[in-house]
Amino acid sequence: MQDTSDIADRHDAVCVIGAGGSGLATIKNLREQGFAVDCYERETSVGGAWNWRHDRSPMYAGTHLISSRPLTEFPDFPMPDTWPDYPHHAQLLSYLERYAEHFGLGEHIWFGTEVVSVTPVGDGRWDVTTRSTGGGGSSRVQRYSAVVVANGHNWSPKLVVHEGVDGYRGQVIHSSAYKDPAQLRGRKVLVVGGGNTGCDIAVEAAQQATAVWHSTRRGYWYAPKYIFGRPADQVNALAFKLRLPLRLRQWLYRSTVRFTVGDVTRFGLPAPDHRPYESHPIVNSQLVYYAGHGRIVPVPDVARFDTTRVELSDGRSIDPDLVVLATGYLPRFEFLAPELLDQDSDGRPDLHLHAFARRHPTLAVVGLLQADAGLFPLAHWQSVAVAKWLRLHATDPVRAAEVQRKESARPVKSWTRRNVVSSSRHWFEVNHTSYLRTLDDLLTELEPA
Amino acid sequence: MRSSLLRFDDWTSPVPYVAREVRSVLPEPGSEALPPLLFVPGLGHGPWAFEEHWLKHTASRGFPAHTVALRKNGNQRAYVHDVVQVAASLPRQAVLVGHGAGALIVARALGRYPARAAVLSAPVLDGWATFGAALRVNPFGTMPAVFGASLRLSRRQLFSAELPAEQADAYRGRLTPAGATAQRELITHPAPPKPVGAPPVLVVGSPDDRVVPRSSLDRTAARYGGAPLLFPGMGHDLMLDVGWREPLDAILDWLTKELAHA
Repeated sequence: MQDTSDIADRHDAVCVIGAGGSGLATIKNLREQGFAVDCYERETSVGGAWNWRHDRSPMYAGTHLISSRPLTEFPDFPMPDTWPDYPHHAQLLSYLERYAEHFGLGEHIWFGTEVVSVTPVGDGRWDVTTRSTGGGGSSRVQRYSAVVVANGHNWSPKLVVHEGVDGYRGQVIHSSAYKDPAQLRGRKVLVVGGGNTGCDIAVEAAQQATAVWHSTRRGYWYAPKYIFGRPADQVNALAFKLRLPLRLRQWLYRSTVRFTVGDVTRFGLPAPDHRPYESHPIVNSQLVYYAGHGRIVPVPDVARFDTTRVELSDGRSIDPDLVVLATGYLPRFEFLAPELLDQDSDGRPDLHLHAFARRHPTLAVVGLLQADAGLFPLAHWQSVAVAKWLRLHATDPVRAAEVQRKESARPVKSWTRRNVVSSSRHWFEVNHTSYLRTLDDLLTELEPA
Repeated sequence: MRSSLLRFDDWTSPVPYVAREVRSVLPEPGSEALPPLLFVPGLGHGPWAFEEHWLKHTASRGFPAHTVALRKNGNQRAYVHDVVQVAASLPRQAVLVGHGAGALIVARALGRYPARAAVLSAPVLDGWATFGAALRVNPFGTMPAVFGASLRLSRRQLFSAELPAEQADAYRGRLTPAGATAQRELITHPAPPKPVGAPPVLVVGSPDDRVVPRSSLDRTAARYGGAPLLFPGMGHDLMLDVGWREPLDAILDWLTKELAHA
């Protein structure tokens, strides 16, 4: 391929960025709406975050689903019902590979190709610059009628720099660099972060390390994975099925947690500082168990690092030799100018339904959600809505404008979670049932007249 | 209308797993990659009904052919679950072919799984019309079913007169009693959903079918935006009657044409 200033016009084709779970669903659903699709994937295989072979995959050996199978699978391509309630990440990868194979998506994907920039041409179309991953070779520009970003949000580590960490002689890693329990064996480990990853790693450390401290900034509601012998999210979905009001759901949640997990402060864990449903759910049956066995010592926030010790916010000091920062990930869109997604100074995009660019009708993001259920069903319906929207926009601009007007009047609170604790991981948190109800509305509006 | 996005039934009480009996006949290796067909039998029928002629002939024309047994004591929801599970387990997007009450299962599965195409053969989609026809033709076999007994289908309901009586009775002998729930749901089921992924749908049947009246075939075909493909002289069981080859060849010809379109 030679360097060329010629722009290859792909006419009505749509560009999809990323071939992980969200990207694959997007390709399939755009194809079903009759679009030609070019998908660019920086890696050489599908699966995105779920493909542990990928550089940027956050998988560790023990990763299992947090939400159970029926709430995690694509609505039109169920996982085998012979699989366990909470499949292993390797099963998820094979599921995505089979999905791509089943619907013949591979032929629309350009592997080993990364997107360098996406710029609006002015008439609603986009110039997409790509090159082979790693930057070798020349770049190539192609023009598309629309761009759907599905680049994931669990690959760019959110790094927290603690005071004095430079002089610390122990090892500090982000959870993205944690792959295998062998990394913990025989060491004194401090795990920082109370999210699902932090809790999982603390539990793995409890089985491997000589000493484990788990530092969280606040108390959480630690839901067990099973309640009454059923996956917890399936029991929880019952409360939504019955359309119980939030207060009643919160009361039920508290009661259930009281009966099953009990009072976590007895185990030295801080009491939750927020009501149930106000943060991303933490589902872990074993954290409290290991805390009760003294294998995990809950500690507060890290104040500063010393050469060999870590000082905590309550004045205590501990001496880990490995610190795992399970501080999460941040969404990143380095190929897009921030104003295209209306990103604020912290980089948070402002998108309608966390999906549609407000000022660019032919630009959308799929999969930028955190929910109390699996992401695939949400990404599926998002991509169906995006595909139908693009179809309507192309065929009936008058009605499309009407839908857009109506949608822009939709109050943000009607589809987002109302009260969530302020944190960089909670701004795109949604309740999956209210979110799906909103998408359902939108899909009805998008039906061709 | 119930939302297809909010699937509380599946989220709160997923259909329990049972071992599924799948029979397959595959084309000669090395042939062109055509989409697999999944044949879904109606009530009382099992994989044998398709193994008799249709699977082999389908495979001989280059299409991988599969069929699945309906689970014992199942209901519509469980049958739909099983069909979608088997379809999703195939390597490529499948063509769903349902016969009789199996066509109703396929029609409902189409709301869950974006099939490559679908064929509804002698479909029992409007239960009341079928029930009325059955009462007229075979009152003694049908009435007990109203009270939860097993529906008994007569020779002249299922087959044309050309099929030798011994053969017809041998087939009838292989029919298994359907559960009361499954029978009741033939009439009480909600209207089938809009298919996802907008697959092409073909309706085939016989004007001389004494289970599914002609008017019912027309209504079902109209629902999917077409007219039924008719094979006069045949009984309800198109896949077992003497002329079994003709409707199957027509289905595969139609499919070949649809695949060329895409």
